[in-house]
Amino acid sequence: MAQEHDIQNVLQAENLFCERDNRVLFKDLNFTAHRGQVIQIKGSNGSGKTTLLRILCGLNDAFRGELTWFNKPIQDHWEVVRSSLIYMGHRVGVNKVLTPYENLRWSVGLSTSVTNEQIDHALGEMGLRGFEDSQCFTLSAGQQQRVSLSRLLLNKALLWVLDEPFTTLDQEGVNLLEKLLSQHASKGGVVLVTTHHELLLPNLTVLDLG
Amino acid sequence: MNQVTPIEAFTATLTRDLLVAYKRKNDIFNPFMFFLIVCSLFPIGISPDPARLGEIASGVLWISALLASLLAMDSLYRNDFEDGSLEQLLLSPHPLYFLVLAKNMAHWLVSGLPVVIVSPLVAYMLSLPGDAYGVMFLTLLLGTPILSLLGSIGVALTVGLGSRGLILAVITLPMSVPVLIAGTLTVQEALNGASLSGYMAVLGAMFFGSLTLAPLASATALRISVS
Repeated sequence: MAQEHDIQNVLQAENLFCERDNRVLFKDLNFTAHRGQVIQIKGSNGSGKTTLLRILCGLNDAFRGELTWFNKPIQDHWEVVRSSLIYMGHRVGVNKVLTPYENLRWSVGLSTSVTNEQIDHALGEMGLRGFEDSQCFTLSAGQQQRVSLSRLLLNKALLWVLDEPFTTLDQEGVNLLEKLLSQHASKGGVVLVTTHHELLLPNLTVLDLG
Repeated sequence: MNQVTPIEAFTATLTRDLLVAYKRKNDIFNPFMFFLIVCSLFPIGISPDPARLGEIASGVLWISALLASLLAMDSLYRNDFEDGSLEQLLLSPHPLYFLVLAKNMAHWLVSGLPVVIVSPLVAYMLSLPGDAYGVMFLTLLLGTPILSLLGSIGVALTVGLGSRGLILAVITLPMSVPVLIAGTLTVQEALNGASLSGYMAVLGAMFFGSLTLAPLASATALRISVS
């Protein structure tokens, strides 16, 4: 692990190729994610943004090409990758009958030990103070999204993979998330994000899937 | 902030699933009520004659337990699939074996254990001869976890499909039937006064076999379904 601090290439993709239902989503896709970088993946609907993110997290293995994690083949290091990764998909991973607090207790607790105070603090930061003990089906879609985003504050992951995280957020939420993304990048983290929203961040790289 | 051990991840998943079940009380009571209803229809539909009922009692108990388990199965991964929690489960750095085992265990505690606990009472209603109570209880105690573990494979395979219909039963029943045979045969042999060690050994082997292998199969099936 010691030498990982010196290596800047966190995640590298070479000649990625993926097709679905005989339709090529992308081919010859190359990119490198460095420390401190925010990569915005752009593309029209159905261009394979979500598929790409799921490939990069190991949720989808129907692709060809090379993926490396700190210059080592990713196939042998999924455990390390998973422990340094937060993924938020279209389905935000919030159980409707549980409270925000209980949801985070589990979803964060799967990888990191977390105290009650830390959860309370993160929910407060995300503007959910007062909702800690309401069941999530009583919350709005944006609030559920905020519950899921609270994981970003609780889990010290290196790589954030966020699929359309801005969709249901209000303006204040958008500003908050942009701040979190730039803070994470300035601390040396890596963010991969799909969004149609214009991001105004330093260190932003745009990857266009067409 | 420290990494958690697989045991802690196991406990977190187990307590979460029990909490979800507690908040969705229907999930607890449906299989249990189904078991009670099916069993109580037999004396009405066939005959209240203790001799005739006693003959079929073990089969009725086991078949009802099997169907109750099947009924409860679909809820095992479906909600998690739909709200995205399943993706989070698959992205855990810990071996999926332990997490799937935790989910299966929570599921059995909620849907299987109540059936096992109430079975002596139902056996009394079905006039099961007195010598077989202990054996019947023991076979269900060993057998219902096997049904949960095997059923989990079928659910994991079908969770991504839009309309499932009967496919879950078609996948799960062939795996469950040997358990049903072993279970009812053991109770029958107890009624005949035969030695049970061989039959219990078969059930025990099935239990430990599915405990070690079924979660691995479920884990692989889940990865396929979610990708």
